[in-house]
Amino acid sequence: MWGYVGRRLLQLIPVFFGATFLIYFMVFSLPGDPIAALFGERPPPEAVIQTIREQYHLNDPFIVQYFYYVGGILTGDLGTTYSGRPVSDLLVQAFPITFRLAMLALAFEAIAGILLGLIAGLRKGKFFDGSALVVSLLLISVPTFVLGFILQYVFAIQLGWFRTTVSAGAPLGDLVLPALVLASVSFAYIVRLTRASVSDNLGADFVRTATAKGLSRRRVVSVHILRNSLIPVVTFLGVDVGALMVGAIVTEGIFNINGVGGTVYQAVTRGEGPTVVSFVAVMVIIYMLANLLVDLLYAALDPRIRLAK
Amino acid sequence: MPSNNLSTPGHFVADLSDTPIAAIDTIDESEKARSSWSDAWDSMRVRPMFWIATALILVILLVSLFPGLFSHTAPNSGCLLPNGNGGPEAGHPFGFTRQGCDIYSRVIFGTQASVTVGLLATLLVTLFGAIVGALAGYYGGAFDALVSRFGDIFFAIPTILGAIVLMSVLPDRTSITVALVLAIFAWPQIARIMRGAVIAARSSDYVMASTALGVSKLQILVRHVVPNAIAPVIVVATTSLGTFIVAEATLSFLGIGLPPSVMSWGNDISQARTSIQTAPMVLFYPAAALSITVLSFLMLGDVVRDALDPQARARR
Repeated sequence: MWGYVGRRLLQLIPVFFGATFLIYFMVFSLPGDPIAALFGERPPPEAVIQTIREQYHLNDPFIVQYFYYVGGILTGDLGTTYSGRPVSDLLVQAFPITFRLAMLALAFEAIAGILLGLIAGLRKGKFFDGSALVVSLLLISVPTFVLGFILQYVFAIQLGWFRTTVSAGAPLGDLVLPALVLASVSFAYIVRLTRASVSDNLGADFVRTATAKGLSRRRVVSVHILRNSLIPVVTFLGVDVGALMVGAIVTEGIFNINGVGGTVYQAVTRGEGPTVVSFVAVMVIIYMLANLLVDLLYAALDPRIRLAK
Repeated sequence: MPSNNLSTPGHFVADLSDTPIAAIDTIDESEKARSSWSDAWDSMRVRPMFWIATALILVILLVSLFPGLFSHTAPNSGCLLPNGNGGPEAGHPFGFTRQGCDIYSRVIFGTQASVTVGLLATLLVTLFGAIVGALAGYYGGAFDALVSRFGDIFFAIPTILGAIVLMSVLPDRTSITVALVLAIFAWPQIARIMRGAVIAARSSDYVMASTALGVSKLQILVRHVVPNAIAPVIVVATTSLGTFIVAEATLSFLGIGLPPSVMSWGNDISQARTSIQTAPMVLFYPAAALSITVLSFLMLGDVVRDALDPQARARR
């Protein structure tokens, strides 16, 4: 197991440098002078330009600039926003809110998704199964922001059950509606995944053995079928962290939440390139770590994975 | 002493007509061999979902190619502010936007942008991903290692996150650049699937047979390995067409997709947000058009997967 962990950690290093280089390259090798963009119509005096070029290492070769940038990420220095605030400050403030929102969404999609998927898989071809499939397809095909508008309109504005926008501290109660919106697409995928996996396992030999040795239906379903069916669902959760972060940008934008996603949303709509890049770079790192965690969890669940090769 | 039937001399041999071997004799050898593709076609064409999805997709393609056939009103002419957020009336079945433009014609003319992005991105991703994945899986070695590690880097960046970064710094934004940007971050998925399928197929007996017959390596790859490995790629490509359309709409919602001057469902939906309280229908129609389009490709992808995956076929 530890050999596997070490191997996966080593594999992560080139991917980390590759991904951050890619983001950096995309943004800063494009045509256009970043300093001219900073000042707008009137060009600043030559001395000011030179000072800024020095400050941001713009006179150094591209690859050196990149290493300054990576060094900044690793030491927590993410630059400043246009208004002069350190990006890391913003991140420290925003992160707990998004973390709470994401955990709430994750709990909802995992519990409800696995439960509905299990019932649908056990009643394959019945009415419940059919309607679960249709509803999940519908949820996947409606973009998150449309669902967000609709739920905000119906439940917050029309019925008044929730607050339209989340208040400053983002208490858990305010986050329920945004979390439902954020979870919707992944919920649909989990239902479909669990259903397929459960109905595959229904005919497996170990289920027949368990039934034959006289276990109750309840025990067969909860211990033998469900646990084996959860393996692909756990893999999905790793990919899902990426989907949740993109979803958070949209959802936090709609509900006016000052989390990581909401900050990116505002930076994008205001055209603050550097803030967007810093935040997305951090999100990509979180995504990579989450995937590593899921891989390890997966290996712990299924010995075939870590023993292979 | 109990009777012992083991002592019966000789042992029982079933008559040939009672064994499964008899079935082999009933095979009509003059009949043309059935390919797995025609099996797939047979299992698809009996499913109503396949025909519903195909019909919807054909209509959507027709609308995006010839929007003028479906709407006599030009989408941007005759926008009258007094009509703003107006309900349906004769000649304007869906009512009017906030700016007093005809919603029906905007939905019709907006089809093209979404479908172009979806089709183009899928085409790019499938072609590039499948070629790179097939070469890497078939030839292996240093090329495979290089491509796989390179793909890992792109794979580590979620498609829309990468697209947000790239789109927010791109100077000009058109359907083509949006499709290109989405494709840049989405190709490793297809490449991985193709590579795995090619590796599974390259050690098959028919590949060895072709090698023994002296067929060149490249020809084996093109004629024998790829046709047997392409099925999972087709399944993923069909489904991802829908997700690319959603991605385009999401980027437009964030204001970094297609510019507002381009008519697209994503733009119309994000503009309709301001009038959701007074005129929810302004939001409803473009959103419904988008969802129906995505749904059709998802349904088609489901049917194709069931048909091409022998395991799924056995399950059903």
